[in-house]
Amino acid sequence: MSAAAGSTGGTAGPGPRAGSAGPGSGPLGNGGPPAAAYDPLLPVGPGAPLEETFGALREVVEDMDFPTVRAWRERGGKVLGHFQVYFPEELAHAAGMLPVKMRGGTVERRDADSFFGSYICSVLRTTLELALTGRLAPDLFVTHPICDAARNLAGIWARNLETPVDTLYFPQNPNSSFSADYLAAEYGRVLEGIEEIAGRRVSREDLRASIRVFDENRRLLRDLYRIKREEPWKLPVHEAYVLTVVGGLVTREEHNALLADVLPRIREREAHRQDRMRVVFEGGFCEQPPLDLLSAISEFCYVVDDDLLIGLRWILDDVPAHADDPLAALARAYLDHSSYSPVQHDLRKPKEKMLLERIRASGAEAAIVSAAKMCEPGLDEQVAYAEALEREGIPFFLTEFEEQMRNFSHLQIQLETFVENHLLFEGVET
Amino acid sequence: MSATETATGTDGVGGRGTTGADEIMGRGAREGRRLFEEWFDGLTRAAEEKRPAAYVMVMGSLCEVLRTFDLPAVFPEIHSLQTAVRRVADEYLSEAEDHGFSPDVCGYVKADYALQLRGGEHPMGRIPPPAIAIVTNACNTYLKWAEIWERLYGTPVFTLDVPGTRRPVNREGMGPGNGAHDPGGFDRDRRYVEGQLREIIGACEEVSGRPFDIDRLREVLRLTNEMASSWRRLLELNRHRPAAFDAMLEGTIYLGVANVLRGTEEGATYFRDLVEEMELREREGRGPLGARAEEQHRLVFVGVPCYPMFRRFYELFSEWGGVFVGSTYTWFASGGLDREFEYDLERPIESLAEGVLLSVRHAMDSLMFQDRELIRAVDDYAVDGVVYHPIKSCRTVSTGLAASRRAVLDARDVQCLYIESDMMDKRVVSEAQLKNRIDAFFEGLESRKLRRGA
Repeated sequence: MSAAAGSTGGTAGPGPRAGSAGPGSGPLGNGGPPAAAYDPLLPVGPGAPLEETFGALREVVEDMDFPTVRAWRERGGKVLGHFQVYFPEELAHAAGMLPVKMRGGTVERRDADSFFGSYICSVLRTTLELALTGRLAPDLFVTHPICDAARNLAGIWARNLETPVDTLYFPQNPNSSFSADYLAAEYGRVLEGIEEIAGRRVSREDLRASIRVFDENRRLLRDLYRIKREEPWKLPVHEAYVLTVVGGLVTREEHNALLADVLPRIREREAHRQDRMRVVFEGGFCEQPPLDLLSAISEFCYVVDDDLLIGLRWILDDVPAHADDPLAALARAYLDHSSYSPVQHDLRKPKEKMLLERIRASGAEAAIVSAAKMCEPGLDEQVAYAEALEREGIPFFLTEFEEQMRNFSHLQIQLETFVENHLLFEGVET
Repeated sequence: MSATETATGTDGVGGRGTTGADEIMGRGAREGRRLFEEWFDGLTRAAEEKRPAAYVMVMGSLCEVLRTFDLPAVFPEIHSLQTAVRRVADEYLSEAEDHGFSPDVCGYVKADYALQLRGGEHPMGRIPPPAIAIVTNACNTYLKWAEIWERLYGTPVFTLDVPGTRRPVNREGMGPGNGAHDPGGFDRDRRYVEGQLREIIGACEEVSGRPFDIDRLREVLRLTNEMASSWRRLLELNRHRPAAFDAMLEGTIYLGVANVLRGTEEGATYFRDLVEEMELREREGRGPLGARAEEQHRLVFVGVPCYPMFRRFYELFSEWGGVFVGSTYTWFASGGLDREFEYDLERPIESLAEGVLLSVRHAMDSLMFQDRELIRAVDDYAVDGVVYHPIKSCRTVSTGLAASRRAVLDARDVQCLYIESDMMDKRVVSEAQLKNRIDAFFEGLESRKLRRGA
């Protein structure tokens, strides 16, 4: 029986340290154990110099052997891997599992390519490659039919890997009056599968405690993005990115502690505003651009908002943790208090309108409208974005990327030209 | 018994008089063409008279609902593919790409986009703009496509969300599928679909200005039941050797009729007659009409055909005596007609919800988890080879094919061919390359047969 059905608790989870990964635990979780009640997975802790912290985080994020996930497993913990874009990680957390965002990576594709045809994006291939080679092999994999390519991942996975796979069908008709109940029930179904793997029942109170931990995480990420908007010179996009992405690789308690430690210190950083263009980066909702590409962008632009790993920031407000039915509360939050992406159709959220709002809210002057190569939803959306930006007279830079890219010189020249043109002709009537 | 004897000795199906064998042979193709042209003419009239039309998709068209409101159904996939068959797709694709669409996205979407810019202009007539669009999640591109109509016209879009199989079977063919791990799941999903169906019916009442007539729905469901029964018989007839029809070439033509005339009297009659023709072909041991050689190799086709050179594509196989006895296209694009399911006319809406859930889920399974079905088809239809045809334009049908091929090869000693091209874009279709690969495939099949015979 799952929490949705009213279970009231169960056996202790197999997590790496009693009370460390379970609900309500962590330094910032309301009602949980006191600070540092988790075994750190990161090589840096609170108080380390910022530069050292960013360096260490970058190494963790770029390490395709996933040292934090490995450390968790070595301590006896179980891992739920979930494919992009969004997954209610609270479900895994409440069962004592480590939810890990499977987002591909910069890894040589030796095995996975033979499972796909030519016209398929890289992130699918590398996600499978990491699993086939055992570098990132979860105890349970949950995927979502977010696009025509990704919806095939479950079948390929099931035929070629021992790890169980489940598909979470998010409602593609969020405007139906039946979608919230459907989604809550779907969460309940997925939770039952998680309970099986975790070997423990999840109570409503477990879920409520996990929601509190994630609410805290979402608040801290909103703070991080506030810095990007208000003082972007103190937090370039590649640093903001590693701070965010590492959340998908460690316990949320540790991520919360990390953010709570570094964000105030970033505010105090001595950095001076420079004459760079304020831009929104759009196109990072699924496959991720290489960090070096983001660094290249930061040489010319302040990225004041973006959709990079939008799944970690999908829910925009606190989920009411006190709700009678936490699964229903999570479902409502997914539908009604959420961001947008090209892989969700919602009549209330036309994507071009949402992008314009993102640009206005962040005070951006321009947009970098990107798409991963062979990403059909991203490429389709570029057309609508470009049309809307043109109509509004907002400059935009259209580009494509691949997670495996190594050379950015061409892109840098184009971007530099774009920025210079804009700065040069700013305010000039034509 | 000869064809003539058969025909003269048999009253026409449904008591519509005696029909000669010569008239029966090839009737499916002739009638299919006529009905298809009439359908396009109907759309042209609707466009000229500015009558509201509903845009729907092949996988989950909900034609049964639209018929009750007399809303003409426009199938953008079909009018798009017809631009390729009629060899003008490149003009449409280029126009869309000029407006910013990538060469790497769905060719159907681009052809339709250009068609909308041209005011519905199409080589077979004029396509009316959408007054309402009803799509399912069977293909994610459907959703992106509908957003284009929203932007162009402010079209009300209704997405019928149909949850698919959650847990696919594993490599041993074992696994819970949908039911075992979630016993109440099917009924829950059915209620979810039914709720949305009732919302769609409300939307159609608004667009058409007519009240919903449940008895009319019953009649349409009855006609779909008839069509489904004929469709299943048709597929079954190809177990016979030689196969009665080529499932890739003829099957695609019949699919078109099955979609556009779903739930109509003409559609039911057409398929009754088609079964009569195929049974005649079976009795007389005739293979597909227009085949270049007698049946030598029994094949299954996986994917969508190469429309920019449709006839030639078929010939590349037919010249070697290759006959497609089955095609996954006739599974996933037939709106569930191939399934053993009949609408229960006593509870039409509930039963329609159940049918839609089953048929759309079956379509998705036929795309993503088709390896088990393919293995069954290899056994049931005595298949020598499986031809996989992934295409650039459609990731829905193509993404899993390389992995499926591996699974089928692991399970059965059968020859597989994997050839990439496109359904719309002739820039990525090379006849010479295709021919080389196809010839090598048949050489392999023939030498295998020789070895077995030795």
